Amino acid sequence: MYQILSKAKLADKIFEMVVRAPRVAHKCLPGQFIIAKIDETGERIPLTICDYDREEGTITIVFQTVGASTERMSFLEAGEAFEDFIGPLGRPSVLCLEENLDKTREKKIVFICGGVGTAPIYPQVKWLKEHGIPATVIMGSRNKDLLFYVDNMKEVAEHLYVCTDDGSYGFHGMGTNQLQALWDQGDRFDHCVAIGPMIMMKFVCKLTAELGIHTEVSMNPIMVDGTGMCGACRILVGDEVKFACVDGPEFDGHKVDWDAAMVRQQQYKTAEGRAMLALKEGKTHHGGCGNCGGDR
Amino acid sequence: MAQDMMVRVPIAEQEPAVRAKNFEEVCLGYTEEEAILEANRCLNCKNPRCVAGCPVSINIPAFIQEIKAGDAAAAYRTISLSSALPAVCGRVCPQETQCEGVCVRGIKGQPVAIGKLERYAADTAAARGIMPENHSKPNGHKVAVIGAGPAGLTCAGDLAKMGYDVTIFEALHRAGGVLVYGIPEFRLPKDKVVRHEVENVKALGVKIEENVVIGRSVTIDELMEEEGFEAIFIGSGAGLPRFMGIPGEQANGVFSANEFLTRNNLMKAYDDDYDTPISRGKKVVVVGGGNVAMDAARTALRLGAEVHVVYRRSEEELPARAEEVHHAKEEGIIFDLLQNPTEILVDEKGWVKGCRIIKMELGEPDESGRRRPVEIPGSEYEISCDTVIMSLGTSPNPLISHTTKGLETNRRGCIVTEGEFGATTKEAVYAGGDAVTGAATVILAMGAGKEAAKGIDQYFKNK
Repeated sequence: MYQILSKAKLADKIFEMVVRAPRVAHKCLPGQFIIAKIDETGERIPLTICDYDREEGTITIVFQTVGASTERMSFLEAGEAFEDFIGPLGRPSVLCLEENLDKTREKKIVFICGGVGTAPIYPQVKWLKEHGIPATVIMGSRNKDLLFYVDNMKEVAEHLYVCTDDGSYGFHGMGTNQLQALWDQGDRFDHCVAIGPMIMMKFVCKLTAELGIHTEVSMNPIMVDGTGMCGACRILVGDEVKFACVDGPEFDGHKVDWDAAMVRQQQYKTAEGRAMLALKEGKTHHGGCGNCGGDR
Repeated sequence: MAQDMMVRVPIAEQEPAVRAKNFEEVCLGYTEEEAILEANRCLNCKNPRCVAGCPVSINIPAFIQEIKAGDAAAAYRTISLSSALPAVCGRVCPQETQCEGVCVRGIKGQPVAIGKLERYAADTAAARGIMPENHSKPNGHKVAVIGAGPAGLTCAGDLAKMGYDVTIFEALHRAGGVLVYGIPEFRLPKDKVVRHEVENVKALGVKIEENVVIGRSVTIDELMEEEGFEAIFIGSGAGLPRFMGIPGEQANGVFSANEFLTRNNLMKAYDDDYDTPISRGKKVVVVGGGNVAMDAARTALRLGAEVHVVYRRSEEELPARAEEVHHAKEEGIIFDLLQNPTEILVDEKGWVKGCRIIKMELGEPDESGRRRPVEIPGSEYEISCDTVIMSLGTSPNPLISHTTKGLETNRRGCIVTEGEFGATTKEAVYAGGDAVTGAATVILAMGAGKEAAKGIDQYFKNK
């Protein structure tokens, strides 16, 4: 059993948990993920590692309630436990490997994150700061109420830009608008990491392709085992089939077939589920959940 | 009515029409009376060919004589000397090509139903709460076993019986390997049989640590250098699925058999009380002809679909067990033989809507000795379907070999071993089962686990 040491609600539908998992904490690096399973009847849910403490043997996860399983997970309280907690899985971020340190130092790095994707950016920026490498972070959200981790990020980022779609906090616009604005005023980057809903990552990639910034994205397809034995998470990257759980989750965003990936992500959305979503959110639903592809 | 000694005692099965709608076990097993009747057919040969036909050399005539005498518990103990998983093997071994294939009774009539009798002994022992015993003295040596499938469980059980301190590391949340994620409930009940046999291995003193992915959570080198393991057995199997590489394979509704079966068997997606979803197709095409294809087809059928098995060779070359093909046909699976998909047809929303299939004929034999299927030009046709399950075989996952210094693999990704005991190119590291051979059978993996246990014991004795 893997005990939940603390639980916090960071924003509407977004929760943070610190979980005791010594083996994972001992070995993990930024960019990797875990799979959590609540109990006997639960499903295996992949979540990116958002922080870790090797001495305490703990892992921090942040998740958004988007369906029945994450909803059920949000009912767990500190003191309770996950029956299963597996990891670290996937490859670490290319930026956060000791053997790449010299190469990483040469780069001007910008992170763009959106929604719940903000949390997994944090350990990467933190790792870089610990290794003396400055990074710029652009953090996007639909509105002020959905923002979280602003203070955490301030501590580790060289420059932090916060933007909201409705202008209720920080820069009025999306992360891509903020990046364009920085570029226009002469800020130059040669490495971008984007994590967030697929639709957001797709648009970041469209812009960075135009600007000529190499871009890594963290893919979040449907997964079952997370160890490479089923191919549920397969995606097309430069016409090659890759398993996100073992070959990723980070890939060259300019090579990802976004439309195919977004179609596959909808695989288990039932007709009823889609209908309910349309009813609740109507045309305002624009893919912020990262799981349904929005109005597409 | 006098018993016909040439014919085996029939065994009770669920009716095809009934079982096609549930996940209960198809074969119900012998009663005591039936088992004794069948045991009577054994000639108790002086030079038993059946023992030589068994990859783990169970003393078959001995345990059958014990069943004949009405002592199923003794029969179980005899089997346990050689096999860690008799309730599993009695159910899933291809006995027709092993013990039963060489039974003398089979020359003029039907061979003795050795598998069914093994199963009877194991099930009876389980029902009476009889566990295997370990009387060995601990020798203080720590051995790690990677993978809790048939090879790892067997190797671990044997090492424990020799006095070693054994820990199994398993990547999934439940021990059993293909026995829990691959083979369906209706052939191998998970709680009643698999979980029970894993408990029996633990009763020998073996520790099992689940949720540890070797190569990610910890490496083999770290287990040896930091955690004090002096020898390792790798029984990580061949779990990496192959796809065809044809257009449309990324569409929604295309699954590897591994995904389809894992959702259903390990995650129990067929049961509404469990959270994992599964796509319940109306019309399903399963590509391939092995046991895994039969398992996927029969699972899809039980979820309510019309199922077509599309296989590029003819019935004679079907790699699946004859019994499985027979069961599948009885249940209503449709076999489209000498055919192969060339494209998966996709609708405007990205979902499977059909398959384009080409007909084949058999040409000259290839290097495997099987006649090579050749496409018949112009024979293509389209079939509508909403689900396609690819069951084309699997290869070893490269995670362990890529993260272990000095462990050699061949061009198919299989771990290279030398000699009969599974020694790898790295000192004190042994391997066996599908990780070495590529996808094969449960009992061959068990045999390899057994040999490696001997190899590891010799390694310590020669040190």
